[in-house]
Amino acid sequence: MKFTIEWLKDHLDTDASVEQIVDTLTMTGTEVEAVEDGAKKLKDFIVCEVISAEKHPNADRLRVCMVNTGSGDPVKVVCGAPNAKTGMKGVFAAAGTYIPGTDFTLQKGKIRGEESNGMLCSERELLISNEHDGIIELPADAPVGQKYVDYANINDVLIEVEITPNRGDCVGIFGIARELAAAGIGKIKENTIKPSPSSGPSPIAPLEQRFLPDEPKTIRKFAARVFTNINNGPSPDWMQKRLLDVGLRPINSIVDITNFISLGWGRPLHAYDMDKLTGAPYLRNAKEGEEFLALDGKLHKLDNTMCVIADDSGAICLGGIMGGQATGVDGETTSVLLECASWDPLLIAKTGRKTGIVSDARYRLERSVDPALTISSMERATAMILEICGGEVYETAISGEDEAPDIVIDFPLSEVKRLTGLRIGDAEIKAALTLLGFWVSGPAKVVKVAVPSWRTDISIKADLVEEVMRIVGVDRVPVEPLPALSGVAQKTLIPIQNRRRIARRTLGANGMHEAVTWSFISKKQAQMFGGGTAELALANPISAELSDMRPSLLPGLLAASLRNANRSYSDLALFEVGQVFSSDMPEGQRTFASAIRSGSAGFNGAGRHWRSKEKKVDVFDAKADMAAVLSALGFDMDKAQLLDQSADWAHPGRGGRVQLGPKNILGWFGEIHPSILADLDISFPVVGFEIDLDALPRPKTKSSRTKPALKMSDLMPLKRDFAFIVDRDVLAGKLAKAAASANKNLISDVNIFDVFEGANLGENKKSIGLEVTIQPKENTLTDEEIENISISIIKSVEKASGGVLRS
Amino acid sequence: MPDEDKITELSQTIETAVAGANSLGELDEVRVAALGKKGSVSAMLATLGKMSQDERKIAGPKINGLKKSISALIDVRLAELKTEELAKRLASEKIDVTLPLPAAPVSRGRIHPISQVIDEITAIFSDMGFSIAEGPDIETDYYNFTALNFPKGHPAREMHDTFFFNPDENGERKVLRTHTSPVQIRTMETQEPPIRIVIPGRTYRCDSDQTHTPMFHQVEGLVIDKSSHIGQLRWVLEEFLKAFFEVDNVVTRFRPHFFPFTEPSMEVDVQCDRSGSEVKIGQGNDWMEILGCGMVHPNVLRMSGLDPEVYQGFAWGIGIDRLAMLKYGMPDLRAFFDADQRWLDHYGFRPLDIPTLFGGLSS
Repeated sequence: MKFTIEWLKDHLDTDASVEQIVDTLTMTGTEVEAVEDGAKKLKDFIVCEVISAEKHPNADRLRVCMVNTGSGDPVKVVCGAPNAKTGMKGVFAAAGTYIPGTDFTLQKGKIRGEESNGMLCSERELLISNEHDGIIELPADAPVGQKYVDYANINDVLIEVEITPNRGDCVGIFGIARELAAAGIGKIKENTIKPSPSSGPSPIAPLEQRFLPDEPKTIRKFAARVFTNINNGPSPDWMQKRLLDVGLRPINSIVDITNFISLGWGRPLHAYDMDKLTGAPYLRNAKEGEEFLALDGKLHKLDNTMCVIADDSGAICLGGIMGGQATGVDGETTSVLLECASWDPLLIAKTGRKTGIVSDARYRLERSVDPALTISSMERATAMILEICGGEVYETAISGEDEAPDIVIDFPLSEVKRLTGLRIGDAEIKAALTLLGFWVSGPAKVVKVAVPSWRTDISIKADLVEEVMRIVGVDRVPVEPLPALSGVAQKTLIPIQNRRRIARRTLGANGMHEAVTWSFISKKQAQMFGGGTAELALANPISAELSDMRPSLLPGLLAASLRNANRSYSDLALFEVGQVFSSDMPEGQRTFASAIRSGSAGFNGAGRHWRSKEKKVDVFDAKADMAAVLSALGFDMDKAQLLDQSADWAHPGRGGRVQLGPKNILGWFGEIHPSILADLDISFPVVGFEIDLDALPRPKTKSSRTKPALKMSDLMPLKRDFAFIVDRDVLAGKLAKAAASANKNLISDVNIFDVFEGANLGENKKSIGLEVTIQPKENTLTDEEIENISISIIKSVEKASGGVLRS
Repeated sequence: MPDEDKITELSQTIETAVAGANSLGELDEVRVAALGKKGSVSAMLATLGKMSQDERKIAGPKINGLKKSISALIDVRLAELKTEELAKRLASEKIDVTLPLPAAPVSRGRIHPISQVIDEITAIFSDMGFSIAEGPDIETDYYNFTALNFPKGHPAREMHDTFFFNPDENGERKVLRTHTSPVQIRTMETQEPPIRIVIPGRTYRCDSDQTHTPMFHQVEGLVIDKSSHIGQLRWVLEEFLKAFFEVDNVVTRFRPHFFPFTEPSMEVDVQCDRSGSEVKIGQGNDWMEILGCGMVHPNVLRMSGLDPEVYQGFAWGIGIDRLAMLKYGMPDLRAFFDADQRWLDHYGFRPLDIPTLFGGLSS
């Protein structure tokens, strides 16, 4: 909302500086968004004298003027104003000046062959009135060369404030003045209105309310008043100036008066031209799909939750939002039906949102406007119309009721200290409330506080505490340390938060970059990764690319790798630790740690290097990353079940799954499926993994932090190598496991040191070399004992793998 | 018996040979030729056995002296040759150590600024006795709005530009949480006061420009007990801001404001200097809005099962991304979610730069 200091002073008697006013508004809760110095806008305009005004040689309506600007040579200006004449004083703008009334910067130019180096200005061009029939004529004694703002004493300041949705009492300049007065900046100028004598009973009946029983009813109270024989010319200059100052274009007296009251008192009104009505107006809800041509010139589609004022021709006003074009008043209007109505603010807000209409009426009425203003504003408008437009007025026809509720709050004065920590006396608390218009009664520690009709936002004790605090000043609240709950801080992270942290730092330490990508992805991508269900699709996505909650972090990472590749960074190691969604329930949200490596971005770095050849990433890069994270989280991947079963997103022959059991899957790794890469237009190899961090079992709570005793043997471990020839599809892990199980007591490690396939082994065969470490426990082993262990290893492996020892 | 001249002659011959040996091999040949079993000195020593006692008395010390001096001579030459040989080997082994190595994984990796800032926030609030709480991104209308005292249809709901899901069979539609405040309710419903939590997390609003993205991060704070008040709220926030921005002093301005879920409500501005290309907190004369806060509204306490006559407390909410931008100077919020490698390299953090209070929040 905008107002000028001058307009504010219509309501507030104050000597406060602009700075004081702005500070006070800010610190009492009215946020000041902009302060615009009116003089600054017009600072380049200069008082001038027209030395000569000759007819333009090539145009009858133009004059070529020589203008004395008080400095330098006279300036040649081509002027179209009929009142430009030799010897007059006027207002000059040099080339390069910004003209606020027409929103352009003046240029030098030729008009019909004559040079023009400036402009003689009209009042509209300076935004000081709507006058544009001629240029400004100043009195003969106006000093040539003086700045026009100094001459005309223009020093007004325009202030724009943000009114929070709860403050319907501050949407008029009077309300702002009331706030400032309560905060000690000046005194309110009371401006009570006496009812004007009417010429008789209302010629129209109170508006009939035709609502169906279960329809939402926006209207509360509708006051309608008829004026006849009025003269609806331009409004007086002072009123035009007020409206122009805040950026509103004057239209005609009736419209200007309704705007003046709307801005001045925060109480919107609407006027209909009686002669344009068809039959008696009444109230109803719009029909579904009913069309309405509003004053903004647009055709709006309405629905049956919106209240309209209608006559026999259809809707003539969208209640509380905007009038209709067909029944609007104009300069020819002689009879007016004036509306001042109160509405349900929530339903006004809803209608406003649905139609998208932004109007001064909606801005005010979607906040709760003082119900007491309905009749008083009608009287204020009546007095102004009679004074400015003449004519007769009839009694007000009222339909419906809107009484301000009588709210009285039992207020323990100690609440102020309890909630804020402010230490102030009872008298100061009471004084603050009284200044704001509350009635405080009772000498006790618990007083009764009656809420004035305009403060519809106040209903409980805490509201009053805020009122007191903002008037005495939040800066008076003493800063006080929060008492410590314990000496040394307790552990503050829950296990999943710790896991996320550890997973992040581990993957970072593995040379990967952490990405944070959108929680929503395109439906197509969601479907590719097992999501895209209806319950996880946004009803109002910001774009089709961000429409479905992600079932996996991989699509976001893959999309990122493509974006980077398009900037010629296709060797990328990216990870994300974040939420994925399998349903819209809280338990359907899980935390995954997922990563991709693309191109040649392996653990040891990407690209060509003098020490090693460029190597494309493969499934083992992903497996190593995954193992690193699991290990950092305290899980040995070798001790979990590792299956050669790929995730749906992975190459079916180059992916694995890590699980604790068939129903407890920890994650997957693999090469991204070629058809997914093709679908995403990715032409370089990508591998990845995902770990379900929520699936990892919680570590057992231990009674002691002590680690188990360390047993270190003094006996030398010995190593034996075995090579087996097995079918190509036999898993190496199986062999290692079988070897280890041959003597669990003495075999401390099995390492696969060699894998190869060759024609000499036979078709579909491969050789796997195992290095088995035997750690004697009690005594050194005899040759025979060692031989026995070797035999049992061979038996165990041959049995498990169906292979044979290579001789 | 060998005469004096013979010994001298042999000695000279061997000395010349030792001096002339130019490798360990040659020197060894000289040693074998002189001192080996069949060596010339050994042969001369062997003659001692055939001598008479008197002859031996004279010749013995002479021949043994020859052996000793030759041995010593060879040792000296051996040491010389070893030194030379080592020098030669070292010279031949020189390699070009200016050849570059690929950066170690731990130097290549980067942590996203959002994660880093969350860790910084966690470090600070842990020290003040807060726990870290969290809740789901997909919320019910009840937790996101109703329980936070947003009346149905209230314009304040609309200010949130909410993302909705499609209505279920009961006509209820879930939302993407527009703030982290629903976790306040979830915590109060399940946890007995005293409560001190901070809630970092993702939040969503359908809005997009240089400073707004449809997804962003907030950290919410909540203190509930029987005595906490705005004076303590001011302390908590001022201490936090000082610690977070790592400055000695932060000047704040608490302005009354309106939020449905707090009463009284305030917005907080910090004093800063915006004259340069970056915002400097802790100096200057400008104000910048940084967070919203207030005393938890009695209706919110009541809806969470707490009696507002007994319990009271305060809450606040800050944009994490905004904090990151202010502290570390990223100009555009949208880039946070683009995963551009160059951006991550530049604005990301080294994996082992773990923010702690004992080691400093940032290095």
